[in-house]
Amino acid sequence: MRQTGLLHAGALLYARDLKLAFRRWEQVTQPVVFFLMVTTLFPLALSPDTAQLREVAAGVVWVAALLSALLALEFMFRSDYEDGTLEQLVLSGQPLWWLSLVKAAAHWTVSGLPLVVASPLVAVSLAVPAEAQWTVIVSLALGTGILSFLGAVGAGLTLGVRRGSVLLSLLVLPLTMPALIFGARAVDMAIMGDSPRGPLLLLAAMFIMSLTLGPFATSAALKVSME
Amino acid sequence: MWTWFHKLASPPHFYRIAGLVTPWFAWPALVLILVGLYGGLVLAPMDYQQGEGFRIFYVHVPSAIMSMFIYSTMAIAAGIGLIWRMKLAHAVAAASAPIGAWFTVCALATGSLWGKPMWGTWWVWDARLTSELILLFLYLGFIALRSSIEDPQRADRAAAVLALVGVINLPIIHYSVVWWNSLHQGSTMFNPGAMSIEMKWPALAMLFGFMLYFGAVLFVRLRAEVIRRERSATWLREELAR
Amino acid sequence: MNLAEFLHMGGYAAFLWPAYGLVLTVLVYNVWSARRAHQEARRAAARRLQMEETRS
Repeated sequence: MRQTGLLHAGALLYARDLKLAFRRWEQVTQPVVFFLMVTTLFPLALSPDTAQLREVAAGVVWVAALLSALLALEFMFRSDYEDGTLEQLVLSGQPLWWLSLVKAAAHWTVSGLPLVVASPLVAVSLAVPAEAQWTVIVSLALGTGILSFLGAVGAGLTLGVRRGSVLLSLLVLPLTMPALIFGARAVDMAIMGDSPRGPLLLLAAMFIMSLTLGPFATSAALKVSME
Repeated sequence: MWTWFHKLASPPHFYRIAGLVTPWFAWPALVLILVGLYGGLVLAPMDYQQGEGFRIFYVHVPSAIMSMFIYSTMAIAAGIGLIWRMKLAHAVAAASAPIGAWFTVCALATGSLWGKPMWGTWWVWDARLTSELILLFLYLGFIALRSSIEDPQRADRAAAVLALVGVINLPIIHYSVVWWNSLHQGSTMFNPGAMSIEMKWPALAMLFGFMLYFGAVLFVRLRAEVIRRERSATWLREELAR
Repeated sequence: MNLAEFLHMGGYAAFLWPAYGLVLTVLVYNVWSARRAHQEARRAAARRLQMEETRS
């Protein structure tokens, strides 16, 4: 029998995860709805004045996106853990770090990407000028990506734990604070008309770090949880 | 040398040695802390700008340094436990966490008490205090994860992975907070750079006192942990008969 | 400097003494907590050994 190659195995897993996710459509749309609702809370709580909203827009968009993406994090491994698929993945002979990477990437496609797509809507509602839209999209793409790859570690560690979702948020949020600092700063600079290159480059560096190191930590976490 | 190390980690030996060593940490710790207190409260001269309020420095800075030192210790112990599967290393990490968290609380509370008379508010988002706050979250996450997993071995190892991820992120978190703070004309209240030795030495005494204190408390907790994990009876019976 | 001046701490007393008090309380608490954990562990182990003995 021919050994399944790395890329082929990855592609299979990715496609499967996407298919499963779209069968449970609510899991894809709920974080987006949450994102839209949370951003609505801020004008209601603060003021409808566009000048004021523009000042807080960067922070609000970023915090709302982060929390929305966090909501979906617990589902990354949960259903596979419960039905035994995860065990099969661990035993499959494919490198676990690679499978973790693919799962996190699939998770981002299903929960992070929709947020990124919805972000222009949200940005417009908070009076973000058109020139800054691109920065919003790019920074959130990187930020939700960081959350998926870093959050995968937390998701792996809290498998099967009671009230695991709250614990997961507590574990992952401190780790995402640097991304928040630079991402929100990038959007803020773009809104004020400056070039957001500096913070965006740092954000990109963090993304690369989480993409390359995250899967190894995730695979360690999964092995611990499956002992 | 390796056999000596293995012997040390064996429960009966460790229990006995820890018991012998603890007073050698505890009493010097007490002396150094008392000396530091006297030096900080009585001997050290008043600060030119901040007056007597400056003396909070002598409990704030050692607490902050200990909070970071203990986190690193915790992470290194967790790593050793994970890689070499040493139960004692995991016990060190577990025992250190609450002590480190308490030092972090002390750093935050004393920082706040220092800030109120100086800056007029109970909380300032300066780089150091914000970093300490995030460090507290990391400690609490570690403790929460440990306590939420029932199987002790899995709890050890899961928390160890978390500690390692945390310690790698810690410099990133710290520098991004420093950068964030500098953007907004942040308050840099705690700058012990330009300080004379007459003012600095009580803080050093307190710091070394705290370190020895940490060692002593750690050894006591480790002895408790060793007994708790020990299954086989013989050495335990003899020990308890004493 | 007499005792009254010392306690007053140039007006900072309300901040300084709680700060020192908190730190010292935490230090004492951690010692107490560690020693109690040790004693509890010994007691529990003694009980466990006794139960094993009576069973065998």
